Amino acid sequence: MNTPALKEWPLWEVFVRSKQGLEHKHCGSLHAADAAQALHMARDVYTRRQEGVSIWVVPSAAITASNPDDKGELFDPAADKIYRHPTFYTIPEEVGHM
Amino acid sequence: MYTQAMDIPDESGKKLASVANTVSDQEAAFEARIDADGRIEPQDWMPEAYRKTLVRQISQHAHSEIVGMLPEGNWISRAPSLKRKAILIAKVQDEGGHGLYLYSAAETLGTSRDQMLEGLHSGKAKYSSIFNYPTLNWADVGVIGWLVDGAAIMNQIPLCRCSYGPYARAMIRVCKEESFHQRQGYEALLVMMQGSEAQKAMVQDAVNRLWWKCLAMFGPPDADSPHSAQGMRWGIKRISNDELRQKFIDATVPQAKVLGVTLPDPDLKWNEERQHYDYGQIDWQEFWNTVEGNGPCNKERLATRVKAHNDGQWVRDAALAYTRKQQQRAHKEAA
Repeated sequence: MNTPALKEWPLWEVFVRSKQGLEHKHCGSLHAADAAQALHMARDVYTRRQEGVSIWVVPSAAITASNPDDKGELFDPAADKIYRHPTFYTIPEEVGHM
Repeated sequence: MYTQAMDIPDESGKKLASVANTVSDQEAAFEARIDADGRIEPQDWMPEAYRKTLVRQISQHAHSEIVGMLPEGNWISRAPSLKRKAILIAKVQDEGGHGLYLYSAAETLGTSRDQMLEGLHSGKAKYSSIFNYPTLNWADVGVIGWLVDGAAIMNQIPLCRCSYGPYARAMIRVCKEESFHQRQGYEALLVMMQGSEAQKAMVQDAVNRLWWKCLAMFGPPDADSPHSAQGMRWGIKRISNDELRQKFIDATVPQAKVLGVTLPDPDLKWNEERQHYDYGQIDWQEFWNTVEGNGPCNKERLATRVKAHNDGQWVRDAALAYTRKQQQRAHKEAA
């Protein structure tokens, strides 16, 4: 990574695992000078009431997002593939739960 | 929350098709989503006026949380017991947290933290006028929790359904925490009302001073609220000022009765026909006067806030200098 000419504290995205066995979930963002400080601040800002057992912080600039204009192109093709869902198939009732 | 700092794949070459999308197509798509009660996310196209309205509203909201720490902060070192002190510290810390959630939400619209703080510190940006009144006795802290936070909750619950995703999500988080604020205030007052005559008088005095200011927190009457209709249309505002104010009054009257205080309004009485409480005239001139910067504590609040920011400058600089040094060291080692 290059050394950017930092003026403001950069932005970090915060992900919190609410309990063991669950995934980390995005919960917000904050400004911090570095990763260690971002973790520390995330604890104070997002877990004051035991909302988490683990925190990830990621520099916001490191996230690549899909473009909203591509939404149709990316996601619409799945709309007509209803055979990918279990409800597409009719099974005789006497088979029971499958 | 997502901001302008995020890396959107480059349009060049690949997405020529989207160039054909005229603004009016985008606008139609936006309107359609609003009509369907859908949500707008940071990278979606939105009209400039929608963006500006949100930046103004969310940053004002954030500023209110931050300045809101000051009237109560005055009482942290004067709280009557260790228990009340711990509660008050937790509450004030929450308010700071709420400010941070909201600044983050506003930043997703393309404004920066520094820009917003500049607006606050220069006096250009507004914050809730209620914080420009002094907290004269310990009962004020209780009344702020009960009535000021109570009014804020009324205002904020509909915002959880705001059409702008990051704002709505921040508000859900805020509302979850806000209920503790109101209950701790009301309970502190209940305790005082079981005390001496002087303590009871303090509670009544605080209610008398703050009641009308709380009613003004909902903003001008619908008839004089020019932005309201557009805000409703865009799903930013869901319930009108007057309707929220009425809800707040209807909810508060029975609470005042249980507490054993009177609300300082001779016109306050149940209207059987409307199934609501009628109430007297709010002094809007005083409200606007305070909004314009001439309330009893405007200058003091702003000066305290600016001083805190300036006094903390060396901390921000030192943290950045440390980060820069660490990065340079890592760079050298890698080379």
